[in-house]
Amino acid sequence: MINRRDFLKTSALAAAASTTLAGLAGCASTPSARSRAHVVVVGGGYGGATAAKYLRMWSEGTVDVTLIERNPSFVSCPVSNLVIGGLKEMADITVSYDNLKSKWGVRLITDEVTAVDTAKRSVSTANNGTLSYDRLVLSPGIDFMTDAIAGLTGNEERIPHAWKAGAQTVLLRKQLEDMADGGVYALHIPRAPFRCPPGPYERACLVANYLRQAKPRSKVLVLDANGEIQSKKALFAKAFEGYKGLLEYVPNSELRSVNASTLTAELDFEKVRANVLNVIPPMRAGNIAVHAGLPLINERWVDVDWLTLEAKGVPGVHVLGDALFPAPVMPKSGHMANQHAKVAVAAILNLIDGIAPNPAPVVMNTCYSFVDSKNVIHVASVHQYDAEKKQPMPVQGAGGVSMAANELEAKTAAAWAKNIWADMLA
Amino acid sequence: MRRLPEITLWLPLLATTKLHDIQERRDIDVNLKHALAMLGLIGLSASAQAQDPNLARNLAATCANCHGTNGHSLGGMESLAGEAKDKLMQKLMDYKSGEKPATIMHQIVKGYSDTQLELITAWYAAQK
Repeated sequence: MINRRDFLKTSALAAAASTTLAGLAGCASTPSARSRAHVVVVGGGYGGATAAKYLRMWSEGTVDVTLIERNPSFVSCPVSNLVIGGLKEMADITVSYDNLKSKWGVRLITDEVTAVDTAKRSVSTANNGTLSYDRLVLSPGIDFMTDAIAGLTGNEERIPHAWKAGAQTVLLRKQLEDMADGGVYALHIPRAPFRCPPGPYERACLVANYLRQAKPRSKVLVLDANGEIQSKKALFAKAFEGYKGLLEYVPNSELRSVNASTLTAELDFEKVRANVLNVIPPMRAGNIAVHAGLPLINERWVDVDWLTLEAKGVPGVHVLGDALFPAPVMPKSGHMANQHAKVAVAAILNLIDGIAPNPAPVVMNTCYSFVDSKNVIHVASVHQYDAEKKQPMPVQGAGGVSMAANELEAKTAAAWAKNIWADMLA
Repeated sequence: MRRLPEITLWLPLLATTKLHDIQERRDIDVNLKHALAMLGLIGLSASAQAQDPNLARNLAATCANCHGTNGHSLGGMESLAGEAKDKLMQKLMDYKSGEKPATIMHQIVKGYSDTQLELITAWYAAQK
């Protein structure tokens, strides 16, 4: 049944679509700087997909946008721990890119970027030639420094990371399903900063939740290179207590080497044998950002101007998401990447129009983690740009965590996923 | 190449301290600008330079992750589009004061100045 409100929404969509088409076709009739601008977005994750949609939406179709993404569909890292824990299917975390094309007029190229030439302002692809851009948005995510752990490189099928959602998520789930009762699942967490600070601890809980029901004689061993839990510490510590006897948390456990045939993990002072060995390797900005020669801090993370998200010293190249050297206590999260995208898009449209970027951008983050099949904990923060420090600073007294794990926030977490995926892709 | 310490402590420690002085300074700045504007000491061009023409839209977009693009929620979170500004503002101020209990909004709303909340609520009220 269509009620009046839905009808109005549908009409508005139709109107928006026709505006979009007019914008695409009407270069000659509406000459402006915008109608000639072409923005290429590399990477269709939380940052890049949001940037592509918001560039088209906020420019009212007057900026041409090409999104280059290697995967045919979006697969979400947030919520993927529920697939690993057997509570969701891959279909539940997979979203089509179709609306970006049909509704928003984004040109989508499913391909791999092979090179970026920031001097010539061009992007080369494996199968679609070279594209020139007026502005480039790089949302490359992270890549792994597997060489930091001896024996790991080339063995990600045997020792999955499952820290990029997709085939690796399916693989880790299958290994857990195949594991005999009484087996050991070992999870290694690298030193911070890493993508999704609460993610490894949520994964430990959800694997323990699965094993407790399906294979109760098994064990979850959490080998954390850090000295303590890196996010929602008290809440995860409480959750770990609930898995006492099944889950063991071992801080200061930096992994030195692995043996892929025996699934042995070697730490500084001991060796651990596992039946399923899940190693999240140390990571850095995605390879595209590194190969493009963007300025890196600590050889790992891209240094940006926080008013425009442009890489420092590389005008016209805007970088989003997990690849950035984070501002103080700014998490590497999908939510934050979506927020980076909106700051960058606002700045790009201003710059195309010859206006200074917004001098007071704000970003915020929320993150929900499941500690079992029903109960959830959150962390939230708001970051306001500080003109003196030239970066966003967390607002003191704002943000915080859940009082305790609770069922109500499981509903909120589901609504978060539905709404943010739509904010990026619908 | 730059080397900087990578901060390893995340958020829970933030919740204890009072309003950050950046925030207070920003409020003072805004109030000062309002006062000066009322006295006619700064013209329109000066305030136009100080504030982005799309400031309200940009601030409102920070809510869209949860509340839907342009405030059109797909469910599970409140839709904000077309809601009366006064009603939205009252709710937010009740979250801020602690009058209205919440799981998360009382923590988020404290990250925004009242001036920013005015801009956000006015923008959402104007959405169809």
